[in-house]
Amino acid sequence: MTEGSAAGAHADKELLAVHALEAGYGKIGVLHGVTLRVAAGEVVALLGPNGAGKTTLLRTLSGLLPRTAGEVRFDGRDMRDAGPREAARAGLVHVVEGHRVFTQISVNDNLLLAGYDLPRGERAARVDEALSFFPEIAAKRLDRGGALSGGQQQMLAVAQGLVRRPRLLMLDEPSAGLSPVLVDRVLDVVTRLRAQGTAVLLVEQLIDKALAVSDRVYALAQGQVVLSASAAETDLHHRLERAYFGA
Amino acid sequence: MILGQVVLNGFLVGAVYALFSSGLTLIWGMMNVVNFAHGDFVMIAMYVAFVVFTALHLGPAVFVPLAAVLLFLLGVLVYFSLVRHVMRGPMLAQILGTFGLALVLRYATLWVFSANFVSLPDNLLGPVVTVAGLRLEPSRVVAGLAALTLTIGLHLLLTRTALGSRLLAVAEDRNAAMLVGIRPDPMQALAWGIGAACTGVAGALIALFFYISPTVGESLALIAFVVVCLGGFGSVPGALVAGLLIGVIESLSAFWIGPANKDVVVFILFLAVLWFRPQGLLGKA
Ligand SMILES: Nc1ncnc2c1ncn2[C@@H]1O[C@H](COP(=O)(O)OP(=O)(O)OP(=O)(O)O)[C@@H](O)[C@H]1O
Ligand SMILES: [Mg+2]
Repeated sequence: MTEGSAAGAHADKELLAVHALEAGYGKIGVLHGVTLRVAAGEVVALLGPNGAGKTTLLRTLSGLLPRTAGEVRFDGRDMRDAGPREAARAGLVHVVEGHRVFTQISVNDNLLLAGYDLPRGERAARVDEALSFFPEIAAKRLDRGGALSGGQQQMLAVAQGLVRRPRLLMLDEPSAGLSPVLVDRVLDVVTRLRAQGTAVLLVEQLIDKALAVSDRVYALAQGQVVLSASAAETDLHHRLERAYFGA
Repeated sequence: MILGQVVLNGFLVGAVYALFSSGLTLIWGMMNVVNFAHGDFVMIAMYVAFVVFTALHLGPAVFVPLAAVLLFLLGVLVYFSLVRHVMRGPMLAQILGTFGLALVLRYATLWVFSANFVSLPDNLLGPVVTVAGLRLEPSRVVAGLAALTLTIGLHLLLTRTALGSRLLAVAEDRNAAMLVGIRPDPMQALAWGIGAACTGVAGALIALFFYISPTVGESLALIAFVVVCLGGFGSVPGALVAGLLIGVIESLSAFWIGPANKDVVVFILFLAVLWFRPQGLLGKA
């Protein structure tokens, strides 16, 4: 897939624009001037070595962490004062790492919770819609979240994100800890989302699998974007390696 | 038959223990903050009952709901004015924060009401009836059954309603809850309100047959901590079972070795549980 090919009409409409973003934990700076963009309907892979700041970037974009400098615009709107609630409502949805679901309540309640502020009928429809991506957990609607396997929990976590009908879905290492078959199942959803015009920002360690479903790729190292390329470019592996080590 | 009587009385008191302990376990489970003033909340509710009865001559139909509302408000107030701030501080600040609150409540009560023990009339809800050889004191029976019902109600609120899902979600993972758009602050304030309302109802009910004094909260707090440890932190069903168990054990030990020693028995039990099952009798390892 080359940049913007199948994303059709939305292709060049800017959805997320991040400029010179800085953020961190307390006094420790982690992101040092990150600039990147995601167009409507495109899938962008965000790669980088451990500790590069990928998770920190997603947490800052979704409003879990305050930014110290820089600008984030989502769908033309300045997200300066947006917390997680506002981000989610605007359609900027973050699925955190580690197949994080609510273990004490049922699968169904997990999904209802993700859309708790929607009108009742709408909410039920959204839950069914999200479950249509994952028949294997639709069969377990009444089980507790904690009773699911790791792979099923990851699907539930993604499905929770889908209940919000995101315009940009940010997935943090959805493949972590999953068997190869399940990795393909989860990444297959990314392709389906792309086909329906939902943009995805995908943080992954499995470089080849991530590139296979993406339009473009950014690499982050030590809190800075060190590479920006089309996912179809040849020799990406080599370039990524060099970018990671600052050669 | 006398043993049956002892067990029955223990069970009825135990239901009240279960109710106020559920409040403590809810607050604990929601935000890992220990409310050291919990016993004193119960004490305040007992004085609400006492004042309403002596000054206004109104019975439990008025003072129980009133205590629930007042303590709910106290819980929310304490959350916003104290807990929210000390939660960001070190562990010691959290402990001293609610411990200090306990002292303030205790000494304020002492100042207003003096250290004298007071009580409500024995037969406020009517005379004792004897059924199949068991003496049923209406005040104990009403208190026990009402507390049992409300504790089960609290469990259902948490597990069967959308509001309960939101509370449990914040309890389990604040960040994940925020990402689905839930604001943790109102949920945590609500948990304090509900937790304190549990002490409100329990205190007003237990006032029907307990002596009331500014220091009564000390032994009630001990009971609440033991119940929460036994039942597993954050578990309302655990608190229910453990509350009933403690009520019965306490009643039996008062019967066998004398009322003066019942707190000691409860505390030894507490240490034994910490020693052998630190996760609680019903808690998961
Ligand atoms: N809660 C935290 N408090 C302080 N520092 C943190 C915290 N979380 C992460 N960091 C630091 O921030 C830096 C970036 O971490 P981050 O988790 O964003 O990296 P990452 O790219 O997601 O790595 P990984 O591939 O291992 O998930 C690391 O140096 C890490 O030690
Ligand atoms: Mg990470």
